[in-house]
Amino acid sequence: MYAAIAAARQDASVLLLDKSLVGRGGATIMAQMTVAAAIGHEERDHWADHLDDTLAAGRELCDEKLARLLCENGPARIFEMDRWGAHWARGAGGRIRQVQAPGHGRARCCYVDFLNTGPGVAGTLRRQVSTMSGVRRVSNVTVTDVVVHDGRAVGAVGLDVVTGDIVTLAAEAVILAAGGLTKIFRRNSASTNMGGEAYALALRAGADLIDMEFVQFFPIAHLAPRLVGMDPIMWDPFRYKLGGRLLNGDFEEFMHRYGGQDSGKYTTVRDQASYAILKEVESGRGSPHGGVYLDFRHVPDATLRDAFGPVIDRLATNGIDLTQTPVEVAPTAHYHMGGIRVDQRMETRVAGLYAAGEAVGGANGANRLSGNAITEALVFGECAGRAAGAAAAGTSSGWNDAAAEDAVARLRCAAETFSDDGVPANVLQRRLQDLMWEDVGPFRTGDQLRRALDGIGEIRETPATVHAGGGYNLDLQDRLELHAMLATAEAVTRAALGRAESRGAHQRLDFPESDSGLVRNQVIEMKGEEVAARW
Amino acid sequence: MSGTTARTSHATTELRVRRGGSGDPERYDMYRVPYEEGMSVLDALVWVRAHVDSSLAFRYGCVNANACKTCMALVDGQVAYLCTARLAPEGAQVEPLPKRPLIRDLVTDTVPDDEKL
Ligand code: FES
Repeated sequence: MYAAIAAARQDASVLLLDKSLVGRGGATIMAQMTVAAAIGHEERDHWADHLDDTLAAGRELCDEKLARLLCENGPARIFEMDRWGAHWARGAGGRIRQVQAPGHGRARCCYVDFLNTGPGVAGTLRRQVSTMSGVRRVSNVTVTDVVVHDGRAVGAVGLDVVTGDIVTLAAEAVILAAGGLTKIFRRNSASTNMGGEAYALALRAGADLIDMEFVQFFPIAHLAPRLVGMDPIMWDPFRYKLGGRLLNGDFEEFMHRYGGQDSGKYTTVRDQASYAILKEVESGRGSPHGGVYLDFRHVPDATLRDAFGPVIDRLATNGIDLTQTPVEVAPTAHYHMGGIRVDQRMETRVAGLYAAGEAVGGANGANRLSGNAITEALVFGECAGRAAGAAAAGTSSGWNDAAAEDAVARLRCAAETFSDDGVPANVLQRRLQDLMWEDVGPFRTGDQLRRALDGIGEIRETPATVHAGGGYNLDLQDRLELHAMLATAEAVTRAALGRAESRGAHQRLDFPESDSGLVRNQVIEMKGEEVAARW
Repeated sequence: MSGTTARTSHATTELRVRRGGSGDPERYDMYRVPYEEGMSVLDALVWVRAHVDSSLAFRYGCVNANACKTCMALVDGQVAYLCTARLAPEGAQVEPLPKRPLIRDLVTDTVPDDEKL
């Protein structure tokens, strides 16, 4: 949405497409946490310090130019959002409040009370987009291909999911801002529309992907009892503020059993918590739903209320009373550091094809700091929109029917081939999610990764059931999504196999150490019909 | 005692769902779904698609967070978000929003007019 606004400010006429409803999907809307930017309201701060912290978390793999862009432009975006009516929490004298999230050297993270940052940001952008006469919003269109002609992105082909019609769209420039890939894992914390489509579209259009092996797993996502109306990763601030205890299924503390490797670094601590939890579960000491307990029973009710007032009430409507019952938590796929490789103008190696937000790879290297995800959505969106808008102003689309032919034929074949046998695509998606979770999850080995590649191939060969019927055919939407999920899953798995070391969020049990020879970024590209890795 | 435990862990309940598009005759399909305390109506619908009938259509996005606001429908006659409506042990009847044009099953036309092609 930020990209659309910035492009329209360059007098471009913008079509903002979303496969669900504009501004209602993706990860931002789910985020209840914070936005990091060195605005220095809480204490003296400078973007260069933010950059140092970001680079440290990235374990020598950050694209420094992108990381710098993120940190340097973060404050301007926070203030612009403020002018657009984002309700950043305020302290004394009207200063924007900032808290210190793990890994940041300063109190740098802005937020909207109470755990409402993501919806607040998304709502502000939705409102702002709706005031821009240059932006036309279109909901319920799934883009299946970016059309490339003479080495330039010239438009897109997609499906109007409500009518079932195939649509072709000519454009002077295309920005991919469809978020991350967490949906390819069984346990994930994002919306259902994060199937890695941006990566799959970019790959097929001829762009490079970078750092695809680095998926961030969040160790203590909510597992049980069933919690609705809340972000499953909400327990982090609880734990930092109130010191929740992690207990295994037998209600014993267990972190110390795995404590030997604790180097005291935040990233290590996160990885280690995931490791310890998964090991406890594997040894049969998990909680009933396959995680561990997070226990706040030692914290007095008044302290809980002080810290999280309204949230405690929302928990109560879910039948959760933290003073009485521990909750179950487990690691979950949360964010993707890797993504589409772009230059500082957010342009890919395909002219006219840009990326923005989580879809962009490289800025966060091997691990991302808490708070940097929304910052990058805002900053990279603004950069991409500005660059694409300016580029579009001087040209007309080089749309070419012949260049779109293959993409249209492929979509027609997918959209008009119905069969009642085979396996429903949502079931195949689930198979893929299981496989990715088991074999390409937080801890990986070469054998597992090779097995995963075989499994991905098998799923690809399995015919998917699509029952007939035009309008809002979920079978068909699932099949298109599965297609993208498979391409993205393969990219992640090949990259994970290629990196024979452990670094940041990529942990290989068969190569537990970091290898100083691998302080390099791995690139994934299409070679003919094959997904291939190169250094 | 153990009998009680067995019964709760294998409990099922029934979902009655209005099917079809705008021109189709009124039809309700019944689905027997596993019941677990605290589950949402959306959980049950997702289960139906995965295990019984993948052609069943409904809108949803965020599953947990009640952030996307796309999953509105009628649950036992009341407008509700499918993801926050708790499934009662005795089951539920689910229908599309009555005041919106019907597209298919539980999906109605909730897209604002200025967001269409
Ligand atoms: S699924 Fe998002 S609000 Fe219900």
